[in-house]
Amino acid sequence: MEKIMLKPEDKIFKNLYNELGWEIDNAIKRNDWKDTKDIISKGKEWIINEVKTSELRGRGGAGFSTGLKWSFAPKEVGSRPHYLVINADESEPGTCKDRDILRFEPQKLIEGCLIAGYAVNAHVCYIYIRGEYVNEGRRLQDAINQAYKKNFLGKNACGSGWDFDIHIHYGAGAYICGEETALLESMEGNKGQPRLKPPFPALVGLYGCPTIVNNVETIAVVPTILRRGGKWFASIGKPKNTGTKIFCISGNVNSPCNVEEEMGIPLKELIEKYAGGVVGGWENLQAVIPGGSSMPLLSKKICDKITMDFDSLIENKSGLGTAGIVVINKDQDIVSCMARIARFYKHESCGQCTPCREGSGWMWRILDRVAKRKATFGDIDLLSDVTKQIEGHTICAFGEGSAWPVQGLLRHFRKEIESRCREEPLIKKKVDNPYLVDQHLLENKNA
Amino acid sequence: MSLKQVHSEQPKEFKFSNENLKKAEEILKRYPEKNKKSAVMPFLYLAQRQNNNWIPLAALKYIANYLSMPYISVYEIATFYTMYNLAPVGKHFIQVCTTTPCLIRGADKIVKLCKEKISPNENKLSKDGACSWMEVECLGACVSAPMIQINDDYYEDLDEKSTIEILDSLIKDKPLKPGSYRGRKNTAPERKQLKNGENYA
Repeated sequence: MEKIMLKPEDKIFKNLYNELGWEIDNAIKRNDWKDTKDIISKGKEWIINEVKTSELRGRGGAGFSTGLKWSFAPKEVGSRPHYLVINADESEPGTCKDRDILRFEPQKLIEGCLIAGYAVNAHVCYIYIRGEYVNEGRRLQDAINQAYKKNFLGKNACGSGWDFDIHIHYGAGAYICGEETALLESMEGNKGQPRLKPPFPALVGLYGCPTIVNNVETIAVVPTILRRGGKWFASIGKPKNTGTKIFCISGNVNSPCNVEEEMGIPLKELIEKYAGGVVGGWENLQAVIPGGSSMPLLSKKICDKITMDFDSLIENKSGLGTAGIVVINKDQDIVSCMARIARFYKHESCGQCTPCREGSGWMWRILDRVAKRKATFGDIDLLSDVTKQIEGHTICAFGEGSAWPVQGLLRHFRKEIESRCREEPLIKKKVDNPYLVDQHLLENKNA
Repeated sequence: MSLKQVHSEQPKEFKFSNENLKKAEEILKRYPEKNKKSAVMPFLYLAQRQNNNWIPLAALKYIANYLSMPYISVYEIATFYTMYNLAPVGKHFIQVCTTTPCLIRGADKIVKLCKEKISPNENKLSKDGACSWMEVECLGACVSAPMIQINDDYYEDLDEKSTIEILDSLIKDKPLKPGSYRGRKNTAPERKQLKNGENYA
């Protein structure tokens, strides 16, 4: 609790709660679009190097170095144009940071798009917004129109000599389209089913052209980094886990909120200082999902000490992901909570790879049985086995994303699960409980 | 992905209205000429908005023709993505988020209320045909849980009382305003007086 908080002047998103107004004139007062032309005139190499110096890691979940990603784009434009695609398909349960950027800080994103587009040689940028964010998309379109009016976009954008256009493309309710190659497939007018990598999008992406795909938050912090210097950004947080991050704290806390803080802030401080503490007090904490539903949960013992950054969470066999923190207290049935997450993955699997399509259903059905105390002892090993069969056997990371939370549950709450699995095998008992039925039938029953 | 039922009664013809034809041409300009196919998702939205929030099969054929795509590809997309409705939904279309962050803050109570007030089953129109509801996966407003989406708008920070008020207002066809129902400003931390007297922001 003694640690110094992030200084107000070091906050990048000053209008996260729309206290200052989202319109372009207000944004300019907050230093957006200041010296953009000068920044661009320093050249592509300078921009990419400065982003590398800042050690900015992608905010969309994987935590890959942004500067490095940009440097993968071909240096010269060949026969194919380059594209910049912004991933605003925010659907990870527990995460709602990009929504606030789209609503209240759209100019930061738009300015970031221009700079990033210039750095990777792209004249066209597409922003892929999830379809449910209708109002957020309208807001962003308004902001884009305002930027066009001020000549910050379009021909000779912002006086930089670089032509740049931004288009919005709406998704339509598919979680998988947050995966970058699925997003590109979706943009091309196909089903959102991920592609095999390599080739990576930086070489063969949208329409077969070199494409850089970045998360909203990643791009939105870039202008501030370039204005204040990569070293400034790197001085915040921890080595290799630098800068500020928007944390979304939801679940059983007294006041759920979004807050921008330093990377590496202790989880306990974050929950107690901003979210008003766990409902029923810290001792009532059962588990925390630290980075959106794909990341394995943490037990209370770990939560006491853990700091919120990429590397220390990986050490604890979890991950920062999107920094969507879901707090679960002891009033909740942890198995039901995780069974619901398993149902989410069953619903959202794109169906391309068999281990994921079938396995996610298996995991949900088994967890559902455990939650209803109708599982057998053998189910625990079966469940663990299913997660292992999914993990690493799919085209995209969705397989891991669906298997890890279940593995986390088994790791930290195995005793709890065992205590519920006292039943004899169902087949012997002839209980009227579907064991391996068609999942459609089961679903109708639960509807 | 999702279980979708194609409506049994289908209109024979579908055409974009003149206004939508203009919009369609605007949309096509966003994509490279040889990649017209990219416009299929925005076109499906146009069709859905034009046709009372659901897409008839005739519209899929029309869009397929318009973009020179095989009909099955358009059908595939319309069934893959959850937001394209292939059967009529209510004028007030309620989507209840029930994924874990909402669930642990009481989304199941909202589902129960919807069953009582709108219709006992998901995706079935209410008696007067004006409302329908369905459970959906995470809508991306987790710190404002539990929440529902009615048509385009998010209703956040709900509890049983406010949900009843909202649902009643829909039944009366005078929807309440969207936004937070706990009176807070967007996603800011609420000021709480804690036991030890310290004021946390």
